[in-house]
Amino acid sequence: MFGRITTSLASAAKKSTFKICSAQQLVYFSSESPAVVSRAQQEWFYRLDLKEQESSTPIPTYRVMDEQGCVIDPSQEPKIEVDKLLKMYKSMVLLNTMDKILYESQRQGRISFYMTSFGEEATHLGSAAALNDNDLVYAQYRECGVLVWRGFGLDNLMNQCYGNKLDLGKGKQMPCHFGSKDINFITISSPLTTQLPQAVGSAYAYKRAKVDKCVICYFGDGAASEGDAHAAFNFSATLECPIIFFCRNNGYAISTPTKEQYRGDGIAGRGAAYGMKAIRVDGNDILAVYNATEAARKYCLEENKPIIIEAMTYRAGHHSTSDDSTAYRNIEEVKLWQQEDNPITRTFKYLANKQLWDASAQEDFEKEVKSQVLESFARAEKVKKPVWSEMFTDVYHDMPKHLRNQMKSLRGHLDRNPQQYPLNNFT
Amino acid sequence: MWYTRPVSRFAGQLRILLNNSGNTEVRFASHYKYYEDKSKPSNGETARINMYNAITEAMDYTLEKDPSAILFGEDVAFGGVFRCSVGLQKKYGPDRVFNTPLCEQGIAGFAIGAAVAGATAIAEIQFADYIFPAFDQIVNEAAKYRYRSGGQFDCGKLTIRTPCSAVGHGALYHSQSPEAYFAHTPGLKVVVPRGPVKAKGLLLSCINDKDPCIFLEPKILYRGAVEEVPVDPYEIPLGQAEVVVPGSQVTLIGWGTQVHVLCEVAEMAQEKHNISCEVIDLCTILPWDEDTVYKSANKTGHVIVAHEAPLTGGFGAEIAASIQENCFLSLEAPVRRVTGFDTPFPHIFEPFYIPDKWRCLDAVVDIVRALNH
Repeated sequence: MFGRITTSLASAAKKSTFKICSAQQLVYFSSESPAVVSRAQQEWFYRLDLKEQESSTPIPTYRVMDEQGCVIDPSQEPKIEVDKLLKMYKSMVLLNTMDKILYESQRQGRISFYMTSFGEEATHLGSAAALNDNDLVYAQYRECGVLVWRGFGLDNLMNQCYGNKLDLGKGKQMPCHFGSKDINFITISSPLTTQLPQAVGSAYAYKRAKVDKCVICYFGDGAASEGDAHAAFNFSATLECPIIFFCRNNGYAISTPTKEQYRGDGIAGRGAAYGMKAIRVDGNDILAVYNATEAARKYCLEENKPIIIEAMTYRAGHHSTSDDSTAYRNIEEVKLWQQEDNPITRTFKYLANKQLWDASAQEDFEKEVKSQVLESFARAEKVKKPVWSEMFTDVYHDMPKHLRNQMKSLRGHLDRNPQQYPLNNFT
Repeated sequence: MWYTRPVSRFAGQLRILLNNSGNTEVRFASHYKYYEDKSKPSNGETARINMYNAITEAMDYTLEKDPSAILFGEDVAFGGVFRCSVGLQKKYGPDRVFNTPLCEQGIAGFAIGAAVAGATAIAEIQFADYIFPAFDQIVNEAAKYRYRSGGQFDCGKLTIRTPCSAVGHGALYHSQSPEAYFAHTPGLKVVVPRGPVKAKGLLLSCINDKDPCIFLEPKILYRGAVEEVPVDPYEIPLGQAEVVVPGSQVTLIGWGTQVHVLCEVAEMAQEKHNISCEVIDLCTILPWDEDTVYKSANKTGHVIVAHEAPLTGGFGAEIAASIQENCFLSLEAPVRRVTGFDTPFPHIFEPFYIPDKWRCLDAVVDIVRALNH
């Protein structure tokens, strides 16, 4: 079999010396992309050895500070003004506090569902802070910190989780499916990876409109396995779109560990195959995430090209309130990550080293945000749900006749049977 | 929603702060009352188990007796997010029960290929709402394999299992009932069990059937449905409906969870309005049991079809059209449909969206009164 392959390769090589390539190929291969080599420029080899094909060095991981919050190479310390730096840190603490309370509230049956961001806070805040607030965000579902950074506000978060009449999404989606046009954050959709090709389309439209805005698209290590991920990477490279693909590689897709999700050099390793740059970054190092995102933004806007950031982190919480991760991973593993490589602790140490923050400031702030969260939560709980007829709105721009008729028939039914429906909870 | 976790230090504070808010509603009371399946698909010993246990038993038996059988999907290895494959990887090894990468089109395509090559393939799509990336593989490939090759190749050894339908708080993407999309595809078989007894027998029939099957499992029944199930394996024939409640005046047709809603409606109609209803569980959506349905329609002259999926293009439309073609002279009123509305499946509006017992009962009373008009 190998003999046959070698022969056919050799004959292909032989033929190519006489017939270089068609005009069409010449035009195509004249692309500037360094990954595409024209047939005429190809390097040939004449002895097949599959072992040689295996060797590849993994892409190293970029980090600015160590677990103790000490900057390793001073030239890499980002020059972030103190207020902004503290805002980044405080947003992480707020997110963490809110997660604890909302997780518990789901346990008590107050909201129907929740997803925490435990362990991944630095990926949200490091990236969000490095973007322009006008840049468009397509998120997966575990990027709540980006909303916190952009000023979505606790009340909007709580109202969405309750699906009350103040929820911008009008009670239509499950908790954690946030979205806000005001802060350029596309509404979350549960199906995975559908946002990737859409984000590429938006980036293309931005490029043509010359608005100097990029698109950031968040997704997980599991989502990267969907066909839509391939479509998005390939479209973004060939159509040269200013987009940052931000992969939160947190080790698990629900129960499936990354070793069962992919082989090869992770998500960043795919960049070269699609002809696009990729950075692998320590996702628990907020400064490294910040630098990587800032550089990626500059690159994709200057070059009109896509780029992948693979942030290596760890999902310290369960997948969602529907999941108990002790069924598939060792609790000691989780504890180890939380203790040894906690992004909030690491940022605290960095700030403390610089004498910008200390334990007493921490205690005061935690107390303050806890009461803010609880108050906001209580407010949201008291607000009624939207009127039931909202169920029929926003299916279409204008409600078609058949839907108006269905709404009318439901109204008649509710009028006849008001006691059978939770109308008191609704507006 | 399916696990309990130790309460953290925040719980107490949350309770203290919020218990006085005076607006703590009781959430997620289910919209149906479970009616146990009294049919006896086989003799012998029975055990009281829930629906996910029954599904596990069917797959366990298949893996045990058929060495070619493989079971896979997202998170299947640790038991699946709905616990249907608990213990099976340990029992049969990771080459037979395994996780796939997160890719539904991959799962379906891989499953088809395995079946084409002679393996019994049981593929799990984690939620029916997420089956659509696999639509091409299912509709253009699985369904047409035999036809396009003149019968040389087929993927009859393929069964795709997927949780479907309302669960109380699933909203747009954890609640859909996509049976009609697949029922529109010649070459597929589409099956929906209403509880443990049906799930075990129908799943084994799907696995052994010579055609690719889509097995839609109403997720609210996984734990909520408990009944006596034969311990030994058994099959329930595909394409056969079951008259669950016999009656004389109105035929109520449903499948999955909706059958239980209709059973309660039949009781209510009898008690409150002295109307006798016959309840039919269609069991198989494609090919559906026309004989049982027409026989009942000819007897009662009044038919209501109820399903959670939206009205327009729902499978109720197919049944209604067929009944009027075949039973026109026996009908005393137009066939009615009580269904989800033509909107996406909404989160907090679910109590208003589903075809609950009150909307179905309204239709029963209406359809009988129509006679007097």
